[in-house]
Amino acid sequence: MNFTIASLAVGEQGIIQQDPNGQIPLILLEMGCFPGANVELIQIAPLKDPLYIKVNGSHLAIRKETAKLIKIEKSENLCETLKL
Amino acid sequence: MRDAEIIRVALVGNPNTGKSSLFNELTGLKQKVSNYPGVTVERRIGMAKISKDCRAIISDLPGTYSINPTSIDENIVLQTFLNTDVDDYPDVVVLVADVENLKRNLFLFTQIKDLEIPVILVINMADQMEKRGISIDIEQLKKELNAQVVLISTKKNIGIDQVKSAILNFKEVKEAPFSQIAERIDPSFFPLLNKQFENLSLYRSWLLLTQHQRIDIDSTLKDQIQKVNLNGHNLSKMQNRETILRYQLINGILKKTYKVDTKAATGLRFKLDKILTHKVFGYVIFASILLVIFQSIFDWASIPMDFIDTRFASFGTWVSSQLAPGVFTELITEGIIPGIGGIVIFIPQIAILFTFVAILEETGYMSRVVFLMDRIMRRFGMSGKSVVPLISGTACAIPAIMAARNISGWKERLITILVTPFITCSARLPVYAILIALIIPETRFGVFSLRGLTLMGLYLLGFAAALITAFVLQKVLKIKSSSFFVVEMPNYKLPILKNVGITVFEKTKAFVFGAGKIILALSVVLWFLASHGPVDFKNAEAIVTEQSVNTNDAQLLNQEIEAYKLENSYIGIAGKSIEPAIKPLGYDWKVGIALLTSFAAREVFVSTLATIYSVEDSEETNTIKERMAAEINPDTGKPMFNLPVGMSLMIFYAFAMQCMSTLAVVKKETNSWKWPLLQFIGMTIFAYTAAFITFQIFS
Repeated sequence: MNFTIASLAVGEQGIIQQDPNGQIPLILLEMGCFPGANVELIQIAPLKDPLYIKVNGSHLAIRKETAKLIKIEKSENLCETLKL
Repeated sequence: MRDAEIIRVALVGNPNTGKSSLFNELTGLKQKVSNYPGVTVERRIGMAKISKDCRAIISDLPGTYSINPTSIDENIVLQTFLNTDVDDYPDVVVLVADVENLKRNLFLFTQIKDLEIPVILVINMADQMEKRGISIDIEQLKKELNAQVVLISTKKNIGIDQVKSAILNFKEVKEAPFSQIAERIDPSFFPLLNKQFENLSLYRSWLLLTQHQRIDIDSTLKDQIQKVNLNGHNLSKMQNRETILRYQLINGILKKTYKVDTKAATGLRFKLDKILTHKVFGYVIFASILLVIFQSIFDWASIPMDFIDTRFASFGTWVSSQLAPGVFTELITEGIIPGIGGIVIFIPQIAILFTFVAILEETGYMSRVVFLMDRIMRRFGMSGKSVVPLISGTACAIPAIMAARNISGWKERLITILVTPFITCSARLPVYAILIALIIPETRFGVFSLRGLTLMGLYLLGFAAALITAFVLQKVLKIKSSSFFVVEMPNYKLPILKNVGITVFEKTKAFVFGAGKIILALSVVLWFLASHGPVDFKNAEAIVTEQSVNTNDAQLLNQEIEAYKLENSYIGIAGKSIEPAIKPLGYDWKVGIALLTSFAAREVFVSTLATIYSVEDSEETNTIKERMAAEINPDTGKPMFNLPVGMSLMIFYAFAMQCMSTLAVVKKETNSWKWPLLQFIGMTIFAYTAAFITFQIFS
């Protein structure tokens, strides 16, 4: 299953996946949101959008539509797999 | 020739790093705010004494995360560094970084360093290091970055002297690029690029190639860029690769030099965020803050404003009693003094509003508001970032429209620019304040006064008009723009009073001198037009005396002469000619004059009426309000400013686009006459219709 930042729940973390098609906007890359980085969802705005994330030490608010472009692997899933 | 004794310093850095605090510390109040040529971006330049006989010109460039711009403000940074021939090309760059976000700040550092210009890395908020569990090996960092590094704290005033001495010794700072990054991005492309631009460094030619649409460059260079054969290489993919490569190098350096003990991090941000962006409390807190702001504009500001009003009235009386009567005295007492009074009276409100906005920005709260409001504002075709212009609009539409620049999507930005003038700006307040005082009784309901509620209602009306118009524009405007909404959520900080003070002082000064010039000039022109006229005006005395041969009361006769004069002055003729158009709204030709002059700037309404009534009223000099209350409608024999007329006027002022300066800024910001014209015509028609309906309802 394909996860994106938009599929995280508050407090969950994930690792940003490779982006072969260049879907992640340059400004986000420049602010530290690039493949391999750990991303945590800090808060969701009251109307479910935008999302407040922490990535590479940067605290950023991005819209859901942008978050959906950024594929991740949920860190939690990894833990669950390990437990199994 | 460049003066060898003066060092040119460019201050760059991410937003929220305390860059402007360092600027204030270095320059004190020896700073100047002007605009960059062609754009309305503020250019802050200051002089700093670096040593006994060396000074530096420091320019505070707009905050940016990268040299690749996403807004007009950020274009300035790129432009500054790519234009090597201009006089203000910096000798040395001071890059201000925040100790907590060093990684992201170093990203910009590496880009600037690759331009082969001396860079000094200044790491701010060093006082926070212990609390956040951060330790840095400065000596190692200097070696790795091949640059001068200084730890400072603008809050605690630590390290400023070290910054100065680093600037003084800028020639020792190495100009070598950070790394041969361009070649590592794509070894098959960059040597080719190097051949095309032999006299430029590789990174400069790369920036020219990727960003040339955003900057002004000469046409030969432009042609050269257009001729570059990409050979199937994808520029944006290479840009992405560049970014990731830079971060890899930075990570490698920070691993050796920067340590964070995450356990030491405080949970203040977390706790405050939980409350301030809460789905209920978040909005309640935001609404309360707005309420306090509006309350203070009307309540606290009214004390100094009344004081200024009465002072200027009595000053005018005093001056006219001191000077010999004549045209010159009249110019001073009826033109210039009320004119200046009309400007000074705004200072309290403007200053209070700017203070609130500056504090909200400095503390980091404004970003939370953007986060809270984005989804709501998007329903109206705007962005969460539109909240800042809309709030600033309560002070003045001009800085507000400029603040819309941070909105990266063109459609969202355009809608914000178009609807901001609906927000009740401080220029409307004197109009509202005086009309409310005239027509609304001083009734109280507990803590609320009817007057305060009326004002609140007018504010809400402005907001509602802005939102409804935005909603319509969103449906009507067919503009596709792709952009990304990214907002940094900075750490919460206590505002530094000095910074707030300087910001408020600079902005108020800019307003007073910018808008003030227009107001003063108009007051003098008005006075001239009201005290001169064609034949009938000149023969007023003879005509009136002849008409009223039976009147023996000299005072009454004198009044009639003055009234006749005003009616036949140039301004009276202009007012009379538009009277048929404004009669349905309940106004006479005198109010018509005020309306006409208000199209230059709204606040002129009050000073115009003051000028008109003081020309007319020859005996004593009263406050503006007393003069307006005494004005009688000749048709009804009752006071001119009754409820229907007052309400109709307030509605007209709420919706009409009556500010030349705003139109000029809209033209500049949208780069076309189309939008300001549309704004002007649309808002005026809307205002006329609404005022007409209001007058009919209340009559």
